[in-house]
Amino acid sequence: MYDAPTNNAEINVDQNEIKISARNVQVYYGDSHAIKDVNVDIAPRTVTAFIGPSGCGKSTFLRCLNRMNDTIDVCRVEGSIQLDGEDIYDKRVDPVQLRARVGMVFQKPNPFPKSIYDNVAYGPRIHGMARNKAELDEIVETALRRGAIWNEVKDRLHAPGTGLSGGQQQRLCIARAIATQPEVLLMDEPCSALDPIATAQVEELIDDLRTNYSVVIVTHSMQQAARVSQKTAFFHLGNLVEFDDTSRIFTQPQDPRTESYITGRIG
Amino acid sequence: MSDISFPKGAHAQKSLLVLDARTRKRNAAEARFRRMGLVAVTIGILALVGLLSSIIANGASSFRQTFVNLEVYLDPAKLDKTGERDPAKMAKVTTFGYAPLLGRALAQAVEAQGISTEGVSKKDIEALISKEAPATLRNMVLANPELVGQTISLQVLAQGRVDGYFKGRVTMESAALDRNISPEQLEMADALRAAGIITLGYNWGFFTAPDASDTRPEAAGLGVAILGSAYMMMIVLCLSLPIGVAASIYLEEFAPQNRWTDLIEVNISNLAAVPSIVFGILGLAIFINFVGLPQSAPIVGGLVLTLMTLPTIIIATRAALKAVPPSIRDAALGVGASKMQSVFHHVLPLAMPGILTGTIIGLAQALGETAPLLLIGMVAFVREYPGSPPEGFLDPASALPVQVYNWTTRGDPAFVERASGAIIVLLCFLVIMNIAAIVLRRRFERRW
Repeated sequence: MYDAPTNNAEINVDQNEIKISARNVQVYYGDSHAIKDVNVDIAPRTVTAFIGPSGCGKSTFLRCLNRMNDTIDVCRVEGSIQLDGEDIYDKRVDPVQLRARVGMVFQKPNPFPKSIYDNVAYGPRIHGMARNKAELDEIVETALRRGAIWNEVKDRLHAPGTGLSGGQQQRLCIARAIATQPEVLLMDEPCSALDPIATAQVEELIDDLRTNYSVVIVTHSMQQAARVSQKTAFFHLGNLVEFDDTSRIFTQPQDPRTESYITGRIG
Repeated sequence: MSDISFPKGAHAQKSLLVLDARTRKRNAAEARFRRMGLVAVTIGILALVGLLSSIIANGASSFRQTFVNLEVYLDPAKLDKTGERDPAKMAKVTTFGYAPLLGRALAQAVEAQGISTEGVSKKDIEALISKEAPATLRNMVLANPELVGQTISLQVLAQGRVDGYFKGRVTMESAALDRNISPEQLEMADALRAAGIITLGYNWGFFTAPDASDTRPEAAGLGVAILGSAYMMMIVLCLSLPIGVAASIYLEEFAPQNRWTDLIEVNISNLAAVPSIVFGILGLAIFINFVGLPQSAPIVGGLVLTLMTLPTIIIATRAALKAVPPSIRDAALGVGASKMQSVFHHVLPLAMPGILTGTIIGLAQALGETAPLLLIGMVAFVREYPGSPPEGFLDPASALPVQVYNWTTRGDPAFVERASGAIIVLLCFLVIMNIAAIVLRRRFERRW
C-alpha cells in the first residue's frame, strides 16, 4: 500500500503544520466499502486538491472531514480523523460545532431562498457571532469582500440570493461559508456548474483564500487541480493512490495508475 | 465499421410527402384518443353544470323570503294582567296568547284595505302568518316589556305555503288539495301583496336562524349549523395542523428509516382510505362512551374530523417536505446549523405552501363530511345556539352537511328548497376555501 504522507513525515513534521490528519479511514455505505484505508494530512494555508475518476470516493472522503456523512443513515466511518489533534468522530464532538470550523461549499450553488444579506448572515446569527446589527453588517461585508462578490452585490444586499447568476451564486455560497470564520474550507467540485469565466473568478478566489484558510477542493478538472492546488491526492476505486505536491503529481507521478489518469488513459 | 448494415426493407426510402400506412394508423390512434378525452371532459362538465343548475334552481329561492308587515297592538290586558311589566310574570303568557294579537292585526289590515273576506275565516287569515311569528313577538316583548300597551310595526314571517306560492312552488291547484292552505287564502295573499302588506325580502334569517320544526319550514335557518361547523373547523385546524405537521416533520426528517417507520407510513396511508363512518363509530365508542363527552357537541365532531383529516395533512406535508431540494438542507448543515435549525429555518418555510394547501383541502373535506357526525348525534334537532368558545364546544350544535341531510329527510317540499339553499352555502364555503388554497400556493411558491 502506498503510504501517502511519507514525504511530509520525513521532514520532521511539526504538529502545528498539520491541520487535519486522517489515519486508516474506512467508509462503508451499508455493505459496500467506499473508502479504503485512506491516510491524508491537510496542511494549513494550503490548497489540497482531490482528483480521481467519478465514483472513486473523493467526495465521500471530503464529506467525512466535516461529518456531513452523518446525515446518511447507512454510512459508517472508521479510522481516525483529527482536527488540530482532536478526533472529530469522538463521541463528545457535536458535528454542529465542527461544521462551524470546517465550512463547506457544494457542487451546485445552493443559496437559501432569502436575501443576499440573510444568506451570509445566517451562519454568524445561529452561532451568535455578532453582538449587534453593526457587527453583523461588518461580518457580512467582510465575508462578501473575501468572497470577491462585494462589489457586485453591495447595492442590492436585500435582493434574493437566488436571483444572482450561477457564478455569483457560487461566490455567495463561498462568502456564506467563510462568514462563520472556519479554519478549513471544503469545496466539492465548486466549479462544475459554472462557465469558464465564473470558474476563473472562483479559482482566483480560492487562491486568495489560501492566505487565511486551509482549502480542500474536489475537482474533476486536472487543469484546475494543477492551477489552484499545492498538494494533490489521487483517488481510485476508494483507494488513495498517491498524495504529493501538485507539481510532482503532474510531472513525476510515482504510481502507474496516477500516470494513466493524468494522461487520460483511465477515468 | 460501415460495412455493418441493417437488414434491407425495414425502412424503405419513400417520399416524405406521402404518409405511409403506419404513420396514418398512429395519427388516427392519436386523433381517437384526443376525441375520447374531449368527450370525457364534456361529460364531466355537463354533469357538473346539471348538478349546479338543479341545486341553484331549487335553492336560490331560499335566499328570499315572504314577510308580512303588521301594525300590532300589544294589549296589556292579554299580555300583562298584573300591570307590573315584570318579565318573570309575563313569561307565563305563552305563544298562544300572542298568536291572536297578530291575527287580529292582520284582519284589521285586511279590513282597512277593503279586501274581500269571502270564504276566508278569521282563523284562515291568522294562518297566513307563520307559527313562528308569535314566538318572535313574545321574545321581543319579554326582552323589552315597555312595548306592552303600544302599537308597534312589525315584520313577521309568512306561512310556508304563502312563501311557496310567491316563489312558484305552490299553485292554486295544489292549494285546493292542501289542508294547510286554500285557494281563497292565496287570493287574499295576492291582494295583500298588492297592498304592500306582504312583501318579499332578502332572507337573512336563513343564515342566522336555528333549525325549525317540520310545520314551519319558513323559519328554518342555518345559524346553528354554520356555528357548529365553524366550531368544528376551529378544533380541526387547531389540532390537526400542529399534530400533523409535527408528525410529518418527525417522520420525514428525524425518524430513522426502519421497519417501525415503514409500518407507520403504511398505516397512515391506510388511515386515509378508511371510510369516514368508521371514524364516527370510533368517536362514539371512545369520545362519548369511554371519555364521556356530551353527544352532539362540536368538540366530539371536531375530534372525529381531526382523526379523519390527520392522514390527509400528514401525507400532504410529507410530500411538501420531500419536494424541498436536499441542497437546502446541506447548505444549512454546512454552515453549522443543527438538524432542527435547518428544518425550521429553511425546510419548513419552503414547504409551507404545500402544507397550507394540504391543510385547507383536508379542512374542506372535513367541512363536507356527514357520516361520522350522524353517529355522534349531531343530527339531533338543535334550536339553541351553542355558547361562545371554549364552553360552547361542549354545547349541542348541528353542522352544515348534517343539516342538509336532515332537511332532505323531511316531508314538506319547502325543505327541499331549504336543503338546496344549504348546499349552496356549503359549496360557497368550500369554493372559498379552495380558492384560498390556490391563492396561498401562488403567493408563496415563487420564492425558490
